[in-house]
Amino acid sequence: MNITFIPLSEFRPRMEALRQEKGMDFLRDIIGMDWGEEGIGAIYMLENSTTKENIAVATRTTDRENTIIPTVSDIWQIANMYEREVFDFFGVVFSGHPFMRRLYLRNDWVGYPLRKDYDESEALNPVRMFSEKNEEDYLHTLSPDGTITTTLDNSFDDKEYVINIGPQHPATHGVLRFRLSLEGEFIRKVDVHCGYIHRGIEKISEKYTYPQILALTDRLDYLSAHQNRHALCMCIEKAMGLEITDRTQYIRTIMDELQRIDSHLLFVSCAAMDLGALTAFIYGFRDREKLLDIFEEVTGGRLIQNYNTIGGVQADITSGFAGKVKEYCKYILGKLQEYNDVFTNNTITRKRMIDVGVLSKEDAISYGCTGGTGRASGWSCDVRKRHPYALYDKVDFKEVLYSKGDCYDRLRLRIDEIKESVKIINQLIDNIPEGDYKVKTKPIIRIPEGSYHAAVEGSRGEFGVFIESRGEKSPYRIKFRPMGLPLVASMHTLLKGCKIADLMAIGATLDYVIPDIDR
Amino acid sequence: MEMKKPVIKSIPYEEFKDNETLESLITELNKERTNVVVGALDDLINWGRSNSLWSLTFATSCCGIEFMSVGAARYDFARFGFEVTRNSPRQADLIMVAGTITHKMAPVLKRLYDQMAEPKYVVAVGGCAISGGPFKSSYHVLNGVDKIIPVDVYIPGCPPRPEAILYGMMQLQRKVKVEKFFGGVNRQQKSGDATEDYPIIITNVPQDITDKEREQ
Ligand code: SF4
Repeated sequence: MNITFIPLSEFRPRMEALRQEKGMDFLRDIIGMDWGEEGIGAIYMLENSTTKENIAVATRTTDRENTIIPTVSDIWQIANMYEREVFDFFGVVFSGHPFMRRLYLRNDWVGYPLRKDYDESEALNPVRMFSEKNEEDYLHTLSPDGTITTTLDNSFDDKEYVINIGPQHPATHGVLRFRLSLEGEFIRKVDVHCGYIHRGIEKISEKYTYPQILALTDRLDYLSAHQNRHALCMCIEKAMGLEITDRTQYIRTIMDELQRIDSHLLFVSCAAMDLGALTAFIYGFRDREKLLDIFEEVTGGRLIQNYNTIGGVQADITSGFAGKVKEYCKYILGKLQEYNDVFTNNTITRKRMIDVGVLSKEDAISYGCTGGTGRASGWSCDVRKRHPYALYDKVDFKEVLYSKGDCYDRLRLRIDEIKESVKIINQLIDNIPEGDYKVKTKPIIRIPEGSYHAAVEGSRGEFGVFIESRGEKSPYRIKFRPMGLPLVASMHTLLKGCKIADLMAIGATLDYVIPDIDR
Repeated sequence: MEMKKPVIKSIPYEEFKDNETLESLITELNKERTNVVVGALDDLINWGRSNSLWSLTFATSCCGIEFMSVGAARYDFARFGFEVTRNSPRQADLIMVAGTITHKMAPVLKRLYDQMAEPKYVVAVGGCAISGGPFKSSYHVLNGVDKIIPVDVYIPGCPPRPEAILYGMMQLQRKVKVEKFFGGVNRQQKSGDATEDYPIIITNVPQDITDKEREQ
């Protein structure tokens, strides 16, 4: 991967030019980085959403005390969240950012964990058993003479009626926390708090060897377990120049699509349950169990499968695999009608979803909402089409697109995508070639020096892996692009003016998984 | 009256592992005898409670999805009386800690535990809740919930199979059965145990309109 370094002084104008002249409207990711001697900074991955051209630029500064980089949060809306993440992990202050405070860790956390000189001792950061003070927020402002002042600022003023939802709340799909300011029943302002399941995966990975890191990716977004691991394996293989066999490609593609079906079934079930339709939940899980049986037979795991590995897959598919998958595909197509009958076409569902939570295409791109959410808004953002990997350029499938971008579109899109996944599987399942399911690798895996990137279409968006290697057996820096963070960031726009009861429908159809956001 | 061995329908007593813990509990409880009426009442209450365990769902990550599978049709924990899950700690008998507990989450978990009514139980589901699991060496992960709250049943696995979760819940049922509701329970949280350094203080409460203002 080529990274163009921009000196700090030219950074703002160059970024604006990239956006205006080159049409780089999709900010894929901001990767914070501590290069050591060379400084601290960030890598920006940009893409033009129409021409699919992409580019990576970076900027850095050697000042470790007052690390300041100009913000781009006014150019791309998602930068707001990404920059807060970089601030949280690296202590880079983005001057001009409207809301510079930590995203994942507590406000009273000492140090910036992903810096290379971070002190991990228990004494500095013990388990604090008192509640975090969140009435105030920390705001960092840059004065003209170059010093940063930290002030306490209240994100909500005294007259607002603020309620707290989460972190332990059924509507948040995990442990996310919202602070909402209400006016009667209408939501006026949203403040999202992440980090309740921040496990520090990127930091642990720097101590682990590559095969050890593989175990962690399944646990990021556990409903995209295969795709996540596929991305990491692909990135490592690309870096090592390892050619994998056709048989592996077939198996990986089929497993990815099965996983997508699994995830979308769970999506429909949970969306139904959130809106109070328990029947659809039971139906969805009934069909999902059948799929989990197939997973279990091949991989040995139901939810967390640890199947892909560097150079192939852990074990060959079983003899009855093809037959079972075909049977399942036939079965699930028949059941989709049942979901439509009990849930999708239900009057209550339609009333609660149609025209609720509309995300425009421009917002979807600016927020970087990939996956089903982006496609429901009419943005063709499928990595399988944009940057084909594995066998996706050889199979024939349609990228499902809707145009309105409301909750109902997002729901129907998932059901349609199940059909497309079945189509892909049917094209491949009978033609799995003979051969090795895994190529031999050296016992100790080292990646040549450099930066590498790979992306796959996870169940809920683009999942990217970035590895910076210094030729060691563990990475210098590894970064996973969270699929859910853009979705959560867009809630600010989506919820404004909605009723509080719509929060359930919007949250459910955006389809985020929190451990993937928090990593 | 003697406390009896906990019996669960359809699974013989010997088939359970870890009977020693329960037996030692029984011996301990039997040291102070109770009279027949209170004992019979105890039995009745324990029978009722053990068959209607309401859990507070505290599913933070992957293990929570397996917990949902247990609730769905194939594994169907309604057969055992666990099907009522509550989202409010005040209405729950036990807390299912399913998933990784991080530093930021720890005070929240402790507060929820403090808010639950006695008698209360804790089930730690999965490697993460037991010891930190695969994220043990992380700077932000609590290495086991038993560091902050007492745990009754540990269900190992990553994630535990649904059968394992059911087995763990049955172990809890047996534990509930050996308890004196009248005359000393096995464990009770003392009021001093609840940690809350920062009490919740509500400021800026709008003043009620005084009579004088109303007249105006
Ligand atoms: S024990 Fe394993 S499956 Fe359970 S929450 Fe932890 S990582 Fe996820």
